Amino acid sequence: MNINQNHPLLTDNDPQEELVTLNLGPTHPATHGVFQNVLQLDGERIVSGVSTIGYIHRAFEKIAEHRPFYQITPLTDRLNYCSSPINNMGWHMTVEKLLNIKLPKRVDYLRVIVMELSRIADHIICNTIIGQDTGATTTFLYLFQFREHIYEIFEEVCGARLTTNIGRIGGFERDFNAIAFAKIRKFLKEFPDALREFEKLLNRNRIFIDRTAGVARVSAEQALDYSWTGPLLRATGVDYDVRVSEPYSSYEEFDFEVPVGTSGDIYDRFLVRNEEMWQSVRLITQALDKIEKEPKGIFHADVPEFYLPAKEEVYNNMEALIYHFKIVMGEIDAPRAEVYHAVEGGNGELGFYLINDGGRTPYRLHFRRPSFINYQMFAPMSKGMLLSDAIINMSSMNIIAGELDA
Amino acid sequence: MDAAFVIEKFILVAVIFGVSLLIAMYSTYAERKVAAFLQDRLGPDRAGPFGILQPLADGVKMFMKEEIVPATSNRWLFMVGPGLAMLTACIASAVIPWGSPIAIGDRVISLQVTDINVGVLYIFGVVSLGVYGVMIGGWASNNKYSLLSAIRAASQNISYEIAMGLSIIALLLLTNTLSLKEIVAQQHGWHWNVLYQPVGFLIFMVCAFAETNRAPFDLPECETELIGGYHTEYSSMKLGFYLFAEYINMFISSAVMATLYWGGYNYPGMDYVAATLGTTWAPLIGTAVFFLKIFAFIFFFMWVRWTIPRFRYDQLMNLGWKGLIPLAIANIIVTGVVIAIVEKF
Repeated sequence: MNINQNHPLLTDNDPQEELVTLNLGPTHPATHGVFQNVLQLDGERIVSGVSTIGYIHRAFEKIAEHRPFYQITPLTDRLNYCSSPINNMGWHMTVEKLLNIKLPKRVDYLRVIVMELSRIADHIICNTIIGQDTGATTTFLYLFQFREHIYEIFEEVCGARLTTNIGRIGGFERDFNAIAFAKIRKFLKEFPDALREFEKLLNRNRIFIDRTAGVARVSAEQALDYSWTGPLLRATGVDYDVRVSEPYSSYEEFDFEVPVGTSGDIYDRFLVRNEEMWQSVRLITQALDKIEKEPKGIFHADVPEFYLPAKEEVYNNMEALIYHFKIVMGEIDAPRAEVYHAVEGGNGELGFYLINDGGRTPYRLHFRRPSFINYQMFAPMSKGMLLSDAIINMSSMNIIAGELDA
Repeated sequence: MDAAFVIEKFILVAVIFGVSLLIAMYSTYAERKVAAFLQDRLGPDRAGPFGILQPLADGVKMFMKEEIVPATSNRWLFMVGPGLAMLTACIASAVIPWGSPIAIGDRVISLQVTDINVGVLYIFGVVSLGVYGVMIGGWASNNKYSLLSAIRAASQNISYEIAMGLSIIALLLLTNTLSLKEIVAQQHGWHWNVLYQPVGFLIFMVCAFAETNRAPFDLPECETELIGGYHTEYSSMKLGFYLFAEYINMFISSAVMATLYWGGYNYPGMDYVAATLGTTWAPLIGTAVFFLKIFAFIFFFMWVRWTIPRFRYDQLMNLGWKGLIPLAIANIIVTGVVIAIVEKF
């Protein structure tokens, strides 16, 4: 009997069949998000698997074709919602590349702070979830409160927490206030201790090493074949980081290291992400120092035809009202061009491919979503694995359903 | 057998049963508080002062929940499962000596429901039965996750029972008796068995963790892999029974560990206390000490659960068969040789 043509594994209903078909997801506690894996099990060992995606596909690329540039930012929030500021910044930078806007240094540094904070938030989720999925719930809840502190900083900067919609094309909508800076400094002071404790709990934990080391090993060749990027690729030993190879937002001025692993197994991915959190802390510290040296109060580029003016200006100043009207109606003079801009997202290279035909909206916008690309390897990788291994493999890939399905 | 004896035992059974349930109830509260403490949180603090009414609220919630029996399950076995888990958890406490006999007037009341001369075997038998609750529940649910969990539970419990039994044999070489009462009596003062059998105790404790399905051996119910494990399909008080049975098992395991290895109700200086307070009140202090030891073990159970990750299925089997069983056999041999040498000279 054919139940579902899309699931070759579900079609077999032979009672004499020795293999068990197991639906892992879409509402399984280990699939952190809505996606399904249909697995064929021989005891606890996975014989084959088929991944189903698209449960929360919202057609963002199509919606983007009907929206002026500044209205696309909220869509990017909902890609990788664990680190939405990186997505926001990536999109702003793409449009700035198209419009050829040069940002003041201070704005670049502010962006670095926001992006690195959200990288830490993203890696906190992924690494603590590996702990949680191996059974160490304490590590998860203990470090998770620092994600809360990061969200408080975002709240101070832009008013939102999860889907931040931070910034504008051309800069930020407002300057960071003194409380925000104070909170960032406090975070930089407290977070290293907690991260050190987290590492002490797991890094040399015998059970944790047994569970993760050598599991889901991926060679650099395989990873490149599947065009993996981000911490997953770096764990296999390839030192590709967009922040270094294609610097944006003045990353070239910063002093930081790109951690790489050797074997690409879950343990290496865990260590790479931990080390990246340390590097992010370094980056934020440097950015704060650099901001001190810049003139105060600058938080956007001087591009009135692209940057939304302040409301007060709109009500009292005719030029500002005209610009406001033109920007909101999407009547800005954008060149006919194709641009690709990539940022180092939490999961890898997050790219925006934008084709503009001079109209109000993009002609075509494609998101290069690292989760989607990384996830392709999950089903082939799972073959021959134990169920428990496949589940922590999935957590270590940090698949975010919003980014997977877009 | 006079009527007073029957009444006395009835009261004792009722008290032990009540105390077991009460401790299991408050273990759930303690677990949440300990977890909160370890995770830098507050834990339950809404129901009553410091949240101490939380277990009651949980219990009421469990009873009020809608009960769902899956249409494709085996209805009869589905109901037997949690009942069996609860039953085996409750009857294991019958042979544990809770304190030295109390003398009221000329009547001596033993604080042990029954002193059968194979008390150790009785506990093993009952604990072995405990896995049936999990297996039957997992099978009757007709859910693949539950089935996987039942298989895990069965193989885990059987494997670790062997190591547990072997670790006890070394102890029995030392005590020459299977009666728990006598084993405790031999540990008078501070002659606790753990001092003579440290390796045996370690093996026994690891196996106790596995037998009670507690982390790091909580494979049958690891929520990240098997959703709820064998109780995925259970709801209402049937689920409550499974969860409750786990806490009673934890309490009983702690009591057995304290009895066999940590001297039960014995404590240093007990002779002095008995001489000053008399035989009516001194045993109660012994009982308090015994419970203190139990609580320490329960805390240890929780501390471990909230600190370390869990094993994988094959690693668990490796540890049981390749690690603990050879170690337990070596322990028996060493103990036997040492006893032979000591007796010779």
